[in-house]
Amino acid sequence: MNKDNLQSIGDEIISEANAARWDLGSDFHDSIVETIYEEASHIAHKTVKQKDGKQVYSFDLKIDKLITSRWLGFPLMVVILALVFWITIAGANYPSSLLADLLIDTIHPILKNFANALHLPWWLDGVLIDGAYLSMAWVIAVMLPPMAIFFPLFTLLEDLGYLPRVAFNMDNLFRKAGAHGKQALTMSMGFGCNAAGVVAARVIDSPRERLIAIITNNFSLCNGRWPTQILIASIFIGGLVPASLAGLVSAASVVFVAILGIFFSLLVSWGLSRTVLRGEASSFSLELPPYRPPRIWRTLYTSLIDRTLIVLYRAIVFAIPAGILIWLVANIHIGELSIAAYFIKWSGPFAFIFGLNGVILLAYIIAIPANEIVIPTILMLTVLSANISGVGEGTGVMFEMDSIHDTAQILQAGGWTLLTGINLMLFSLLHNPCSTTIMTIYKETKSLKWTLVSTFLPIALGLIVTFFTTQLWYLFS
Amino acid sequence: MHTPNNCENCPVHHKANLIKLGLNLQNVDYVIALAGNPNTGKSTVFNNLTGLHQHTGNWPGKTVVRAEGGFRFNEKKYKVIDLPGTYSLLSTSKDEEVARDFILFGKPDVTVVIADATRLQRNLNLVLQILELTNRAVLCVNLIDEAARNHIEIDIRLLSKELGIPVIPTSARSKQGMDELLQAIHEVASGKYVCKPRKIKKHSKNLNNAIVKLSNKILEVYPDLPNVKWVAMRLLEGDNSIIEAIRSGEIGNLREERFAI
Repeated sequence: MNKDNLQSIGDEIISEANAARWDLGSDFHDSIVETIYEEASHIAHKTVKQKDGKQVYSFDLKIDKLITSRWLGFPLMVVILALVFWITIAGANYPSSLLADLLIDTIHPILKNFANALHLPWWLDGVLIDGAYLSMAWVIAVMLPPMAIFFPLFTLLEDLGYLPRVAFNMDNLFRKAGAHGKQALTMSMGFGCNAAGVVAARVIDSPRERLIAIITNNFSLCNGRWPTQILIASIFIGGLVPASLAGLVSAASVVFVAILGIFFSLLVSWGLSRTVLRGEASSFSLELPPYRPPRIWRTLYTSLIDRTLIVLYRAIVFAIPAGILIWLVANIHIGELSIAAYFIKWSGPFAFIFGLNGVILLAYIIAIPANEIVIPTILMLTVLSANISGVGEGTGVMFEMDSIHDTAQILQAGGWTLLTGINLMLFSLLHNPCSTTIMTIYKETKSLKWTLVSTFLPIALGLIVTFFTTQLWYLFS
Repeated sequence: MHTPNNCENCPVHHKANLIKLGLNLQNVDYVIALAGNPNTGKSTVFNNLTGLHQHTGNWPGKTVVRAEGGFRFNEKKYKVIDLPGTYSLLSTSKDEEVARDFILFGKPDVTVVIADATRLQRNLNLVLQILELTNRAVLCVNLIDEAARNHIEIDIRLLSKELGIPVIPTSARSKQGMDELLQAIHEVASGKYVCKPRKIKKHSKNLNNAIVKLSNKILEVYPDLPNVKWVAMRLLEGDNSIIEAIRSGEIGNLREERFAI
């Protein structure tokens, strides 16, 4: 049978169906649904018995009333988030310095000596050991401890059933912004990984609302950016207050940045739904799952395997080539200066307007593949451009760092101030998504235009926000 | 002296019969679909069967695309497909379409419906809709431990009689009932257990006539289309995706192309 023939028969079938539908009356879909519901309720009444007449989940309902209440919902959310960060910040410092001792202070010199013994040419030794190995070691030392604490805590919250309640609390706000309530769910996924959040936007049926969810997902701080926030907050914000309060205050500032991200998510959704993506928000039903006692050991195991190791693996995979690239731009000289120094010098005045510096801009370009390697890149480039002596082992070597305190000294020697720290935290929230997320956005939207919008809109916002912070800072100081 | 009791002689007992195959999906004997409401533990059951670590969470709607895995049980190879969780199959959202189209046109050998024991009535809505689509199904009443904690009692045998399919109480989180579930899947897949699923009978006479008339018409063109009555009903209801598939003639290819196994 040929195609035309098939289509004409298809049309015939459809017109017959249309005619029959006319005869059946308009309420017939409802009556089918009703029949199903009646049967289900009939069977359930026969087979299910509720003993001692107590309402099911009465305890759950009581908790839900509390944590989704109008007045307590948001404050509780902030407190829970702050607690998670505080535990992460307080717990990560010591294992971080242990790892740094091992990987950087102990193994790195051994590798160097070994390379010397083999008489490797200086550039090969540089690329492999000072570039690739050090950047990898760096990522492990800086990233692993906070991730190993943060992810299990976050997974516990998820297992407990807290995240859908967050979505429930947020739903109203998203609807007011002209976005789909389920965007609260995709946003929460984005707190883990933006690429996953973008894929999760498939749960939204309306193309308009789905696009909004995809574009704004980047405003959820992802795995790769939490450690940057936590580290910079500990150095610059925690340093402002007495040591006993430092952990708490830095945790609070990270929470502030995360909430600022939610705010931008809503603001941009609102802007898009009023202009280029106009339309009404569609409704949906969200089930609040029962609270389930988390299986602690299982959670620890899966969050270590599923999240920590996968994220770490990704960071290492991207850190190795990035380390090589850093070493190269720092060691290939054009005239007197290296490529890196040229860029930092050239972009310095521009970066100054935004309270950043050339190092940060270059680091964000090198670190496009993964947000995880921003901090190591920044530190290495700072050492290079500030010509700090006594740290590191020469040009383009990712230097040693034993603790947050050392990192702070490096950054301050590189001319960083509290303003630089604050602006880095803001820019880390508001900049382009990593290349994986950009690719995912393209795959999901199949539109170059919206991919470009999702990439450049956050940068524009980031520059605007840091510009105003900087100007205000100079105005008042 | 140790004497093996009856339990240990029963074929159900032998856990060793289950060999998790992960992603090794070559030359499978049977295809199993996992369907169910969101957040009933489908992914946990999936992981228990296949040994994979699909991310699970107390979180509705986290499986957006279908995941696949395999296992070997009683010398047969099974492929398992974890469908997105849905409350019904009657609307046109993407996740419901994925689930519905697979059960309809992917022709799984067994559809395992995972239900939440603490919310059985609502879950039964989906079970009944799935039984309209397929004759070979197993109901897995999951979270049975939670139901017990909330003083809910379910008459499993009566439920099985009412629905005409095997019903297995499980607690996938603590791996309880998985052996029985495997055995039930095996029996339905191999044809040892013949399901007599409950079909919704109370349709009006007019509707029944219209369905029969339309199905015959469709069968003239697509003689081996599965679930033709259901397709006819969706046409009557004006389901756009089915109308489109009929109009373009794509409905005839659905089986071979989109769900080539």
